[in-house]
Amino acid sequence: MKIHEYQAKELLGAYGVPVPTGTVAETPEAAEAAARAYETCVVKAQIHSGGRGKAGGVKLAHSPAEAREIAAGLLGATLVTKQTGPAGKQVHKLLITEAVAVKKEYYLSITGDSERAGLVIVASAAGGTEIEETAKTHPEQIVQVPVSVLMGFRRYEGLETAHRIGIPAALEQDFIRLLADMTRLYLEKDCSLVEINPLVETEDGRLLALDAKVNFDDNALLRHPELAALRDIAEEDPKEYRASQYDLNYISLDGNIGCLVNGAGLAMATMDIIQKFGGQPANFLDVGGSATAEKVTAAFEILLSDPNVKAILVNIFGGIMKCDIIAEGIVAAAAKTGITVPLVVRLEGTNVDRGREILRQSGLNIIPAADMADGARKAVEGARGGAAQ
Amino acid sequence: MSILVDQNTRLLVQGITGSQGRFHTEQMLAYGTKIVGGVTPGKGGQEVLGVPVFDTVREAVRATGANASIIYVPPRLAADSILEAIDAELPLVVCITEGIPVLDMARVKHDLAGSKTRLIGPNCPGLITPGACKVGILPGYIHRKGHVGVISRSGTLTYEAVHQLSRRGIGQSTALGIGGDPIRGTGFVDALRLFEEDEDTYAVVLIGEIGGSGEEAAADYIRAHMTKPVAAFISGQTAPQGKRMGHAGAIISGGKGTASGKIAALRAAGVEVADTPDRIGEALETAIRRAGIYERCLTCKPE
Repeated sequence: MKIHEYQAKELLGAYGVPVPTGTVAETPEAAEAAARAYETCVVKAQIHSGGRGKAGGVKLAHSPAEAREIAAGLLGATLVTKQTGPAGKQVHKLLITEAVAVKKEYYLSITGDSERAGLVIVASAAGGTEIEETAKTHPEQIVQVPVSVLMGFRRYEGLETAHRIGIPAALEQDFIRLLADMTRLYLEKDCSLVEINPLVETEDGRLLALDAKVNFDDNALLRHPELAALRDIAEEDPKEYRASQYDLNYISLDGNIGCLVNGAGLAMATMDIIQKFGGQPANFLDVGGSATAEKVTAAFEILLSDPNVKAILVNIFGGIMKCDIIAEGIVAAAAKTGITVPLVVRLEGTNVDRGREILRQSGLNIIPAADMADGARKAVEGARGGAAQ
Repeated sequence: MSILVDQNTRLLVQGITGSQGRFHTEQMLAYGTKIVGGVTPGKGGQEVLGVPVFDTVREAVRATGANASIIYVPPRLAADSILEAIDAELPLVVCITEGIPVLDMARVKHDLAGSKTRLIGPNCPGLITPGACKVGILPGYIHRKGHVGVISRSGTLTYEAVHQLSRRGIGQSTALGIGGDPIRGTGFVDALRLFEEDEDTYAVVLIGEIGGSGEEAAADYIRAHMTKPVAAFISGQTAPQGKRMGHAGAIISGGKGTASGKIAALRAAGVEVADTPDRIGEALETAIRRAGIYERCLTCKPE
């Protein structure tokens, strides 16, 4: 789960990390009122994406009136960043925060390290820029220090990091404390990323988290009920949100062939084979191992709510999941949703003969496929409006 | 003969009284797996499908002489169940549970190191030695006894691969799903080593996917140590960067873990890589024909 910058800063602040003062505003008037606390302030668009500055989502205001003007321009606007995709994200909230005189910028984050089954501190003296770009062009500027999940953060790991990225000696103790606080937040709240970029050294000699990102492990959210309030549904793809309500694994893509598959590996493989035949998948969808007729119906409704979908490919390899159950789900969903696009169905596995019989007797215009390749080819033809039979 | 499980496997089912545990216990019993006990705290003394239930793994091992366990426990409690099985010194533990928090698995992984236990999973379909023993949720009927080992990060794609092999008359020694999570017990390299050392396995199919570096490590191992032919498929060749495709481990980030990188590494190690998922059986056949062992791998009637 992702959260906004202002929420990440509140959390970091609560754990002792120094963060700039700031107020969230949802109207130009509120932005103006918040800006009265400062001589100059920064107006920052709050969307779940990096690269906001380059997209025009971060602006300096020299007076409350200017803050109001900037806010009026940003609220409701759509920002297209490197991470949002071409559709961009609409701005609903702004963070009005103090303008800071910056002497130097660093990059600092903690993330999971699956190879070592631990955590890793990633730090760099080249902060403020895109760290992935730095990693490619100047890998020697990126410092990685492993942290044990059993032992937690050790002081010497902080000192080593400080030395390697050139933190001034006078700020070393503050830096170590800051890293200890970040690690504590990571471990206590089951994070998957705690990132401060940039971490700045101010002209008056302090460390400050000027921008922050905190992501959480979705699998651990159940044991942190307090985090549920931080979820902002407006930031999520409406189809993905709906799918999550039915425990379906759905991801929107740009193509026109809707896919309904059981199993994540098979679902990815289905996307691959569609593209091999010259088509484009409209989505990734794994209905899981225990799909009921109700879930299959919901899945169809989500697929059909995408106006780009010109054909649907169902690819099921029933293991414990029985093909006759899936077939009944397809028939029920087709009856309820009134599918008008070509529907190609590949069924294999447990009770496959009964499943195919149910589809045949349904009277629905279903295009059967002998195997994955046949199904993909027919779906691609169907989406092009060709005769797929 | 096979790897990890056979007719001598004496299995415990942790979480046997839950709906998943009970259902799959029935399926495994029907396949012929010797299930000697179940474990559910607070339900000791009961019976499920004629299988005695114990409160703790240690009690169950003492009473039944079990040498393996399978875990169908909800995600929040699953790590604890794995730790309990490690403490009871069970040689083989298979965790089916999907959705275990990453930090829980990171801690489990440290307990595993230096223990007497081999862990398969979590978030996996388990494993099967056709005709002898099924420990997991794989559909038994698609498998045929034979000499090809199958290793996969994905459940249904394992079935797809096995199905394609069986249809060609190529049976399997053992089919093993290692799971889709970023932190797991047994990885590709461990599984390849087991198949390399197994006299009855003549060739191996490896099914990988985007994310992580397990396939690259597998390619290094194959180049340096494998004498048996290997065929492979990598899923997620067209997946966009930064999107998590269902499996917690299946994500391309920072340009790492791409399908093209994995395919190139495997090809450089001499692996026959299938372009598309419908050609996994074909790729294996190409590999075993090239090695001159095609006839020896034909163990059942083609369909």
